[in-house]
Amino acid sequence: MKEHTIAAISTAQGEGGIGIIRISGEDAISIADKVFSPISSKALRALEGYSASYGKILENGEVLDEAVAIVYRAPRSFTGENVVELCCHGGLFVTRQVLRVVLSNGAVLAEPGEFTKRAFLNGKMDLLEAQSVMDIISAKSRQAARAAISVREGALSKKISKVKAELLTLAAHLSAWADYPEEDIPEVEDFAVLETLKNSDKSLRKLIDDYDRGKSVTKGVDTVIVGKPNVGKSTLMNLLSGFDKSIVTDIPGTTRDVVEETVILGDLVLRLSDTAGIRETDNPVEKIGVLKARQRLNSGALVLAVFDGSEEFSQEDRELVDSLSQIPCVAVINKTDLEKKLDDSYIKEKIGKTVCLSAKEGVGEEELEKAITEVIGAENFDASAGILSSEAQRETVVSALRSLNEAENALTFGFSLDAVTVCIEETIENLMKLTGESVSEAVVNEVFHNFCLGK
Amino acid sequence: MVTYKAGNYDVAVIGAGHAGIEAALAAARLGMKTLIFTINMDNVGNCPCNPSIGGTAKGHLVREIDALGGEMGKTADECFLQMRMLNRGKGPAVHSLRAQIDRVKYSQTMKHKIELQENLELRQAEIVSINNIEADEYSWELTTQMGAVFSVKKVIIATGTFLGGKIFVGEVSYEGGPDGTFAATALGKSLKELGLPLRRFKTGTPARVLRSSIDFSELCEQAGDEPPQPFSFETENMGENKVLCHISWTNENTKQIILDNIHRSPLYGGAIEGIGPRYCPSLEDKIMRFKDKERHQLFIEPCGLDTEEMYLQGMSSSLPEEVQVKFYHTIKGLENAVVMRPAYAIEYDCVDPLSLTATLEFKNFKGLYGAGQFNGSSGYEEAAAQGLIAGINAALSALGKEPLILDRSSSYIGTLIDDLITKGANEPYRMMTSRSEYRLILRQDNADARLTPLGYNIGLISQERYEKFLKKQAEIKEEIERIENTTLPPSEELNRILVSRETSPVTTGVKIADLLRRPQITYEDLKELDANRPERHRSVFEEAEIEVKYAGYIKKQIDRVEQVNRMSEKALPTDIDYREITGLRLEAQEKLNKIKPINIAQASRISGVSPADISVLVIWLSK
Repeated sequence: MKEHTIAAISTAQGEGGIGIIRISGEDAISIADKVFSPISSKALRALEGYSASYGKILENGEVLDEAVAIVYRAPRSFTGENVVELCCHGGLFVTRQVLRVVLSNGAVLAEPGEFTKRAFLNGKMDLLEAQSVMDIISAKSRQAARAAISVREGALSKKISKVKAELLTLAAHLSAWADYPEEDIPEVEDFAVLETLKNSDKSLRKLIDDYDRGKSVTKGVDTVIVGKPNVGKSTLMNLLSGFDKSIVTDIPGTTRDVVEETVILGDLVLRLSDTAGIRETDNPVEKIGVLKARQRLNSGALVLAVFDGSEEFSQEDRELVDSLSQIPCVAVINKTDLEKKLDDSYIKEKIGKTVCLSAKEGVGEEELEKAITEVIGAENFDASAGILSSEAQRETVVSALRSLNEAENALTFGFSLDAVTVCIEETIENLMKLTGESVSEAVVNEVFHNFCLGK
Repeated sequence: MVTYKAGNYDVAVIGAGHAGIEAALAAARLGMKTLIFTINMDNVGNCPCNPSIGGTAKGHLVREIDALGGEMGKTADECFLQMRMLNRGKGPAVHSLRAQIDRVKYSQTMKHKIELQENLELRQAEIVSINNIEADEYSWELTTQMGAVFSVKKVIIATGTFLGGKIFVGEVSYEGGPDGTFAATALGKSLKELGLPLRRFKTGTPARVLRSSIDFSELCEQAGDEPPQPFSFETENMGENKVLCHISWTNENTKQIILDNIHRSPLYGGAIEGIGPRYCPSLEDKIMRFKDKERHQLFIEPCGLDTEEMYLQGMSSSLPEEVQVKFYHTIKGLENAVVMRPAYAIEYDCVDPLSLTATLEFKNFKGLYGAGQFNGSSGYEEAAAQGLIAGINAALSALGKEPLILDRSSSYIGTLIDDLITKGANEPYRMMTSRSEYRLILRQDNADARLTPLGYNIGLISQERYEKFLKKQAEIKEEIERIENTTLPPSEELNRILVSRETSPVTTGVKIADLLRRPQITYEDLKELDANRPERHRSVFEEAEIEVKYAGYIKKQIDRVEQVNRMSEKALPTDIDYREITGLRLEAQEKLNKIKPINIAQASRISGVSPADISVLVIWLSK
């Protein structure tokens, strides 16, 4: 039995002008041939090892990007297997699309550290290096564990759990009905099963769509900048993103919508949203902006609350501080270039992390980075904010959706419910991969929770 | 105590219930000089709870036991009173056979088979101690309460509910085994001294009432299938169904009586410390846990042809006898029922199955095996399945042969054992179809295809049976090829059938197999049109139809099996200290050290062991 052929983006995400998709495994070259159309009309399978070809990446006949494909033949490659590296032009968005095409043509998304693992298993590394591979994997495993916790407890979890709970109830009903044919279990009605499946289908599709629509085109922590008007929110955003994106003026209420930008702050990737200043207003356009700002406050994972250091502490400031009590937050006291008039004792008392800076002068950026890192590093931090946060999570949800569709098909074609049940359980199993639970136990527990059974 | 040397044996089995019987018969049939002990000679193969064998998932187990060369299926066929295939119409994965049996005949038949079995001796004796001694071969000593000391190579403990058994009926409680036998009281102490991790579980059984005191006139009848199907792949003539079962319901009055007297239940009063199964609750459990449910169903089942005792399935209880009589009398049909044996709860000692390996041998004691309820399971069929595996492995080990380990994808038996030894049991474990992720390939109809070759290789399947088996498999293969290659022309008759089954008519010729892939079309439907259909046993057509109709789903499951098998090939040594493997998380180290999985696949099923931990293990293995 051969190993899967694996693929992943092997350049650091969010940086660099070139994206490389690495494919490794016995079928690497034949999979690459399905997505890569060379200019020279010489297929990759016809190439020797260590050779390159220039061409286009195609999805259903449409060109996704131009790319150079480099072919390595086993055992002379990094992993010791057949390897193809597709070097694309595109930024992260295109690179991800290319990866998806590769995955849909038969490759499996590589697990963290899997290329290195294969390299080791195929004798491409010595014993000393092996130890460091294990260290890498165990570090990845700690990261993954943290990610699992955020899925288990965060906003994303609520969305996934809802689907999971509905499917579990259904699977338990089907199990009870099959395992206890003589008890008075309510009949399982096909249309009710189909309805649950359709609902779940919708929810899963939405999860994938939200992710795809670019809400999370770039990985990063969903960060919201808030504060009353004209405290320098847009200036802070522009400082962090490096160019003028928000309209910066001295007129309060200039930012009337939510402006989004992905920025890299040291080791951190933040998905920043600049919001309209939160204040009472009669201007209808600004009102909408304020409303959106308040909504973002609830959906963001991290809040940067900006205060004007050159002004007195106001009632609006106090209200803002109070509204942030349950949210991971860094208080930014801006305008240190001006004379300090703000009494920040209330802010410091209520918000754990406070940083003083001048966004306009670009002073204090490092302190901000340090404060954000500390808040994000805290255990209860939920980076997901209700959106799938990685390609791996997306793949898992896609597999769940695939099994769900198989269940729907089995039902519509008129197959018996044992086949339908197996597909539903596979869906739950995929969803549980995100949280690390075991499906058969969950179903059995649910059966005895919901039904009165037995002799 | 004055003791005497009573002889040397290869294998000794403690307990002659369903687990012990299969263990002893298998060991003896594999040439082992075998002993089996029972506390009471008249209780061999007793069914102290329901007079039936099989049922959902349990029926699968019985078929698998038979396919491997065990005895339960054949004896159930010989003693059946009524046969039913449950879940017809719900799909082949969940079809399950169940037999109502004559429990006295079953017990006598089993006892007689044991008595006639070459290499096997049946003894009435209570074992009071087990000692592990320094010896090359005969390293176990068993002592009876009469002082007989047997030296044996392998011991299989199959004590059921006898070990430390304690009966509860309301405020009354006393030491005792099932059905008025006495408990094994001394052995538990000896096992604890040996260092086995014992714990208390609980189960229960309903009352038996006198047939002539029941008014059947207004009760629903339940008849068997015609013709009855056998469990055993070897049974040819089943004969007729002999009895009817009846259905009745509890009502508001039943509920009220139980609520009024709940404080007199030892379960709710706190006298019972053992953990009872959720799936086998007493009526008071059902009423307390599901307060809104207005009524609960019960089945009235005959215990045999030569007895007037009737079993009340669904009505187990540990309330006082007086309360039982009162609440049974509220039920329609039972208004004047004479309770012959009251319902009771029984608490007993069993072992933490995490201390066992997949051969059912104890990790820390070579030559000592556990089987059945002693291992934390529940049910006759679960017990018999484990007994068979323990007996086979004890013999194979004594013969210096490779062990028999069934993996999850091979059978319900493998799933049962893997669950017990990998996940443990927090309550008595019952087999359910939902416990198997491979249920579309682990069907009761193909148990022979899955296991008979193994049984033959071990030596429990006769040459004659094996040749019959091979012939059947060849016929199935031939038949699948035939229907894949036979085209039916688009006739009026064919389209009439298709339309009547609510599926679209055809305009060109179509292969029989493609028609069968439509879920609505059965083999039987095409009988008239399929002119060249050969004469075959019904089971050949059944297999061919399922394999063709469910091919897509079956392939999916087989792919999954292959993935897991790849992990199963990576064996893990059982003598490693996982604390010494850097990179494993602490929780994983602890769990792995406790369970000591035999391969990567088993390790990956342990809760608390993550995919990253598995990667670390794979790398560590190849270092």
